[in-house]
Amino acid sequence: MAPFRLEARNAPSSLAKWLAPPLAAIAMVACGFVLFAVLGKDPVAALHAFFVAPVATRYGIGELLLKASPLALIATGLAIGYRANVWNIGAEGQLAVGAIAAGGVALALDASGPLVVLPLMFVAGALAGALWAAIPAWLRTRCNANEILTSLMLVYIATLLLSYMVHGPWRDPEGFNFPQSRMFAASALLPVIVEGTRLNAGTLVTLAVVAAAWLFVARTLVGFEMRVAGLAPGAAQYAGVSPAKVVWIGMLCGGACAGVAGVNEIAGPIGQLLPSVSPGYGFAAIIVAFVGRLHPAGIVVASLLMSLLYLGGEAAQVALALPSSITGLFQGTLLLFLLAADVLIHYRVRIGARTAMATP
Amino acid sequence: MISRPTIVAALAAAALALPIASLGQAPTTPISIGFVYVSPVGDAGWTSQHDRARKKMEAALAGKVTTHYVENVAEGPDAERVIREMAASGDKLIFTTSFGYMNPTLKVAQQFPNVKFEHATGYKTAPNMGTYNARFYEGRYLAGIVAGRMTKSNVAGYVAAFPIPEVVMGINAFTRGMRSVNPKAEVKVVWTSSWYDPGKERQAAETLVSQGADVLTHHTDSTAVVQAAEAKHVYAVAYHSDMAKYGPHAQLTAVTHVWDQYYIRVVKTVLDGTWKPDHVWGGLKEGMIEMAPFGAMVQKPVQDEMKKAEAAMIAGTLHPFDAPVKDNAGKLRLASGTLSDDALNKMDYYVEGVQGKLPSAK
Amino acid sequence: MIDTLVGIVALTLAAGTPLVIAALGELVVERSGVLNLGVEGMMLIGAVAGFIVTVHTHMPWLGVAAAIVAGAAMALVFAIVAVSLQANQVASGLALSLLGIGLSAFVGQPYVAAVVDPIKAINWPPLSSLPVLGPLLFAYNPLVYVSVALAAGVHLFLLHSRAGLVLRAVGESPRSAHAIGYRVLAIRYAAVLFGGACAGLAGAYLSLAFTPLWSEGMTSGRGWIALALVVFATWRPYRVLLGAWLFGAVTLAQFQVQAAGIEIAPQLLAMLPYAATIVVLAWMSRDAAAIRRHSPASLGKPFHPQR
Repeated sequence: MAPFRLEARNAPSSLAKWLAPPLAAIAMVACGFVLFAVLGKDPVAALHAFFVAPVATRYGIGELLLKASPLALIATGLAIGYRANVWNIGAEGQLAVGAIAAGGVALALDASGPLVVLPLMFVAGALAGALWAAIPAWLRTRCNANEILTSLMLVYIATLLLSYMVHGPWRDPEGFNFPQSRMFAASALLPVIVEGTRLNAGTLVTLAVVAAAWLFVARTLVGFEMRVAGLAPGAAQYAGVSPAKVVWIGMLCGGACAGVAGVNEIAGPIGQLLPSVSPGYGFAAIIVAFVGRLHPAGIVVASLLMSLLYLGGEAAQVALALPSSITGLFQGTLLLFLLAADVLIHYRVRIGARTAMATP
Repeated sequence: MISRPTIVAALAAAALALPIASLGQAPTTPISIGFVYVSPVGDAGWTSQHDRARKKMEAALAGKVTTHYVENVAEGPDAERVIREMAASGDKLIFTTSFGYMNPTLKVAQQFPNVKFEHATGYKTAPNMGTYNARFYEGRYLAGIVAGRMTKSNVAGYVAAFPIPEVVMGINAFTRGMRSVNPKAEVKVVWTSSWYDPGKERQAAETLVSQGADVLTHHTDSTAVVQAAEAKHVYAVAYHSDMAKYGPHAQLTAVTHVWDQYYIRVVKTVLDGTWKPDHVWGGLKEGMIEMAPFGAMVQKPVQDEMKKAEAAMIAGTLHPFDAPVKDNAGKLRLASGTLSDDALNKMDYYVEGVQGKLPSAK
Repeated sequence: MIDTLVGIVALTLAAGTPLVIAALGELVVERSGVLNLGVEGMMLIGAVAGFIVTVHTHMPWLGVAAAIVAGAAMALVFAIVAVSLQANQVASGLALSLLGIGLSAFVGQPYVAAVVDPIKAINWPPLSSLPVLGPLLFAYNPLVYVSVALAAGVHLFLLHSRAGLVLRAVGESPRSAHAIGYRVLAIRYAAVLFGGACAGLAGAYLSLAFTPLWSEGMTSGRGWIALALVVFATWRPYRVLLGAWLFGAVTLAQFQVQAAGIEIAPQLLAMLPYAATIVVLAWMSRDAAAIRRHSPASLGKPFHPQR
């Protein structure tokens, strides 16, 4: 049927595991080269503007990390669930609810010192995100309702809730009825950690959470049970792992991480509540989780890559007068290449007709 | 009265003046000007009108400016980065064209004192940051006059996105315009909770028609409402841009945003060094809004009536919110004079003739 | 009063049609054991392809055909990556959505100002002008009838045809289907392409019939709703119809309530369709055994003949 065919390897190839991402990147760059040439742009200059120029300055690197941070944070939380086949795709909503809760704390208490407000904001954000994720968890364990659908529907509800709050109860009284809260006082803002950038302490929170997640997955019994539940649900149940517990832990971890990401955004670069606090981080993080192969280290790398594509898209608009859709085009292509290249881990690709004795 | 021909003449004059002006000076490198847009450019909405003006301004000042834009920039952290990158890459003037860019623009303005910033629709300014907006409600009032004369059911339908002051002002002005010629007229409002969703806008529009509205207007970003009016054989007043080609039998007129005059003026002051941060709120008089040509179904007497009101508004003898201003609960909001700009910006009630209650009113 | 009700029904069906078509396509895909989350992207590609072809040829039905082909072409990309190369289906689908959203915006950019002759609602003089029955039954856009026929067709195919049985067998247990001698990958390819064609058709309905215009992202998330409806329908075609119409009706209800002057914050009203979907799903899912019976057992799991 196809001009190539796949032969299963006896064991996953670790060489291919390392080789797949660079291969995909090369394929994407080649695609970009052709695309830019067809559009009449100098491909080398265009690729430079897209992939190098945005991170050529300290500020640019700060921005790269700033935008990668929520992606890595959310993806880490989601990956815990995904490993156990718990499909939370509602992180965007959990992020929004985390932001609402933390924003409420900030608006009520930001007259007190940062040591009071900021920790409370993080607690509120994590709890609210987890609570929002608890709804699909409860519906799944009690009513068998598919969590893909319920968590997705809750995204729309959460963003409308945020919109309602900033249009109504929490609208800045001094703000001419425009839909946003007042700016938070300095005590509710995360300090900048690198002078001359917007990189703030929220990135440290992200790193801490990623490290903790790695410890949880790799070093604790519950983490082990979660992995087994994903790989062999039957065996896990036989060994006494409760499927309900797996669902709850998977959903709550994802929700809490997304909620914390919401806190990082409003206490970091935004500094107030807006009708929308995330340009789709909750959805982009799903891709980051898979591209990072559901492993914390991989997720960090994937989030940086995804972030670079966003920055490159903006830079391409300024430097090359390309439309903003170029970002989606590149992200989609790269990810498809990357996912396709992963096939090399488990299979050998043979080109040409089937030879005799190919089947093991 | 300012009409299209005057604008064209002004543009031509501006274009002609250029070579003469530049004769006296040594040739200089053109200054770079950035625009930040909140949505994709598109064809008919808020951003497309800014981009049209950008192109006209660039053409009018050819050789002296280069422009570029970044579209689809989310309000939030992304906006600050984009604006900052523009400033860092050498733009001398940056237009940020959405309300949500106010705080990011202000932050970047403080970091780049030598760059000028112009923020649309906000209220915060700085030594190097001005704001600009247009009195769209003036056009809404005029559109209301036409709608008030053309409706047979005395019910107009208004599809709106979010209850922010800009939108509320428009609803109220439209209603007052209608009732100035047709005291029986009522306006029904439906909120879509989304600036851009053609499918939802279509559903909202058809709902209004099913509840008796025979003139529709909208404060959303697509052409769906005008198209729905065309399909349902009712009238429509388009907003943002002239949508006659989407509803040739439906569109009575349109309240169009015209930023080119303003952009040319501002850029010239930057070029000659006389730019000052300002708080511009221009209207019909300044050419920042225009009424689109009438549809063929609008009779001459109605056209004249609207044009008369337009002339009076430009002359300053008519204001859409001249006293008495009554809200739709019967409370007198203004007994004498004219609503101040401040009162307009804080408007949180529906005027008499609008059905229902304003959602965010406390 | 009766006219208002008829109007509501008619508009509900008109608004639900893209959801019905896209969801039915995805339902067939999922029944074959493949999860393609790229519906939004394929819909947009269909919408833009249909629009461009119609602009140039002035033949909307040729546009519809182009949309179907374009949707299927996007699905082919997904099939190569997720079926042949066995990449993770969730991630591949999301990547396909990203690609479709970007690509449609990119190629559609010169066409945002174009106007097309839309596909008009049918008008059969004696029938369409009947008092109540006319608008209720005989005055829809042709694609609305197509969507209902498609639901019937998919139902018959899946549950009452040999080919449908094979497709379901592949979705339930690709290993056994393979052992019996069915070509699992070829069947999954066919299902995925069908899903893409449906998504393309749904996009064309939006850009050529319901809101005849092209603009970036004009589907406004309807692809995601269609995905949700498949789960909501517990993989049964006629329930897709009910789900899509219910969703459309609740969406419409919020506007009716507002136009009637009842005061509730619009954002809270806008939550209703989503909340209703959750509640109904939870209520329908109580019977765990039924859910297990109806959801394809191998959904989302790649299959390779050698493994």
